[in-house]
Amino acid sequence: MKNVYINSVGSISAQKTFDNTEFLNEITEYNDNVIFAVNPVYKDYIPPAAARRMAKGIKMGIVTSKIALKEANINQVDAIITGTGMGCVRDSEKFVSAIIDNDEQYLTPTPFIQSTHNTVGGQIALELNCKGYNFTYVHSSISFESAVMDALLQLQLDEAKHILVGGVDELGDHTTKIHKIINHIKPEAITPTNLLKSKTEGAVFGEGANFFVLSNEKSNTSYAEIVSVKTYNTLKQEALKQQAIAFLKEHDLSTNDLDLLILGNNGDVNFDAYYHTLSETFSKTPQAYYKHLSGEFNTASSFGFWLASKVIKTQSLPEIVRLNGLQTSQYKTVLLYNQYRGENHSFTLLRQC
Amino acid sequence: MGKGVAITGMGIISAIGNNVAENYQSLINAQKGISRVKKINTNHVNDIMVGEIAFTNTEMEQQLQLPKTNNYSRTALLGALAAKEAFKNARIKDVNQYKTGLISATSVGGMDMTEKYFYDYLENPETQKYIEGHHAGDSTQKIAEQLGIKESLVTTISTACSSAANAIMLGARLIKAGKLDRVVVGGSDCLSKFTINGFKTLMILSDTYSTPFDDNRKGLNLGEAAAFLVLESDKVVEAENKPVLAYVKGYGNANDAFHQTASSDHGDGATLAMEQALKVAGYAPSDIDYINAHGTATGNNDLSEGRAIIRVFGNHVPDFSSTKAYTGHTLAAAGAIEAVYSVLALQNNIIYPNLNFKTQMKEFNITPQLTLKEKELKTVLSNSLGFGGNCSTVIFSKEQ
Repeated sequence: MKNVYINSVGSISAQKTFDNTEFLNEITEYNDNVIFAVNPVYKDYIPPAAARRMAKGIKMGIVTSKIALKEANINQVDAIITGTGMGCVRDSEKFVSAIIDNDEQYLTPTPFIQSTHNTVGGQIALELNCKGYNFTYVHSSISFESAVMDALLQLQLDEAKHILVGGVDELGDHTTKIHKIINHIKPEAITPTNLLKSKTEGAVFGEGANFFVLSNEKSNTSYAEIVSVKTYNTLKQEALKQQAIAFLKEHDLSTNDLDLLILGNNGDVNFDAYYHTLSETFSKTPQAYYKHLSGEFNTASSFGFWLASKVIKTQSLPEIVRLNGLQTSQYKTVLLYNQYRGENHSFTLLRQC
Repeated sequence: MGKGVAITGMGIISAIGNNVAENYQSLINAQKGISRVKKINTNHVNDIMVGEIAFTNTEMEQQLQLPKTNNYSRTALLGALAAKEAFKNARIKDVNQYKTGLISATSVGGMDMTEKYFYDYLENPETQKYIEGHHAGDSTQKIAEQLGIKESLVTTISTACSSAANAIMLGARLIKAGKLDRVVVGGSDCLSKFTINGFKTLMILSDTYSTPFDDNRKGLNLGEAAAFLVLESDKVVEAENKPVLAYVKGYGNANDAFHQTASSDHGDGATLAMEQALKVAGYAPSDIDYINAHGTATGNNDLSEGRAIIRVFGNHVPDFSSTKAYTGHTLAAAGAIEAVYSVLALQNNIIYPNLNFKTQMKEFNITPQLTLKEKELKTVLSNSLGFGGNCSTVIFSKEQ
């Protein structure tokens, strides 16, 4: 079996992350319960006429893909695998509301086409003229991890050399509105530094795209090696510690071998207990979190994956993401854990290469 | 690697039957399930024909013994019924005995409820339980719960009309790689105003019965359905002495990279997918006995797919037919529906007639199988082609 490397990254998030020469140098502050992506100049990457017709999810996906391909110094990949919880949700909203408001008349196809979940993956294939394998995973908070798992399977078995893998989700007004009603979004405005002090249910919703070139050949642009990713549809809080230990053991590691634990805490009082369990399990390990910077969305964990990649490559952990006061001299072995509302859990294990 | 991927159970619900046996009876009796839409209140009722399942949501909730407070979309209800039949057919008693995963496919997800309660959500607390059921992974989570699959690999694929074929492909790869011992694969999609109006804007819905591969074809009939297959490793089959229905022998996935919704004129993606599937199976084109075509009856699909078939099979195109005229195009579920039909074809040595065909297409001289044909079948190739250029092929075989 071949080793698999993260050879490049491309990120658009609620922080200014599209410039790969920076690493959270300046933080975009907010005081809100819904945060939007910091946009690059899209026309630097996509012809303006085409960009105007594209949904934001498509634009974010194409631009981060292009950033990742450029950094990896390649023009083509063998496969494109996308994770998205909701796809281009604004177009879905637009099409449903048009059906209702206009009583099924005067409809145009564009929002319907763009609402198809695989539209981002399809558009990237069109943009790159990539006729290879093309999958889209749409399973809530493990959409991105499913894509990584699929890529790992192909790269380890040498069925492909370079695979573009990413997670993308956009915010939609109506979706935001209804998720506020059912308390999936926090009632109060939050600033990045007080997210985990919040005593309410729900999360701060966000959006973004994070694409990566994964390869089974190490290069001078490599960030880290992906050792493993594992997902669980359900997991009881009582079983989490044991599963984490079992997952590490599969790779001959124990709790003492981790240099960093990156957790998906989103400040929801009803569900952050899962993360607290792991914080206790790894109480001697430096820990980090990121959803105060990215917001919560189905593929927010792809931002966590970006963060882990940057930490390992730069061997530095920005102050703003530290979850505990523990320091370490090196970031060699990093474990990520994420879940959303107590379901769809994932472990991702990365190693310095 | 090189391990077998056995199909040991299957379940289906479609417009031509509520289980595998009923579907087979309709197929061999040339009974289509296409009618005017009854359960969806749409202005297009007289402009379109659909493959609708007779059960109401309430009837299915009762069959599944769900509490009144449930928030199952119709996609989840159909999926749960079909997956449970597959589990029963595979004689699975203890789900935890082997590492069991679930890979489902859907394009509609919970859209049926979202379009019904879109504005109601803002005012009516009773409808708000369905908000969480909108995203595509929700129906899969519910199917896993119905099957008792816990702490395991459960995920959802959405690549438009090729989704379920891709679920089968991923499941087969996971078994081959030894990541799972058993995996339930398939897909579910219900009818919705969203898809009816979406395909209407694309002007590819027929106002009458769809006529795959006919020169005068007018477009597709939408359908709703769910189907699941149980795939098991050699290890499980041996240990449990399981009867094997058929094997997943080959698979291929490629992207047409031509247009967001249309297929390329010469079916580049479909050609690549079929070639790759043959390669994985270790077959020559002449090893294929029957092609269950995607055959949606749109002008674009049938031309592009037909040309791709000729590119792969040359002057020796095997018997082929589309079963879309029976069920309608069931979108993300289609690949699983047609996988069940492919396995039934192998088991019974039967090729289904391509219904409603009258006029030979001008662009080529291949003609689908028009009558029920009995023939010893060893292999069936099934195509699924979708929006976003997604093209998939799965090959089923009688022998490992």
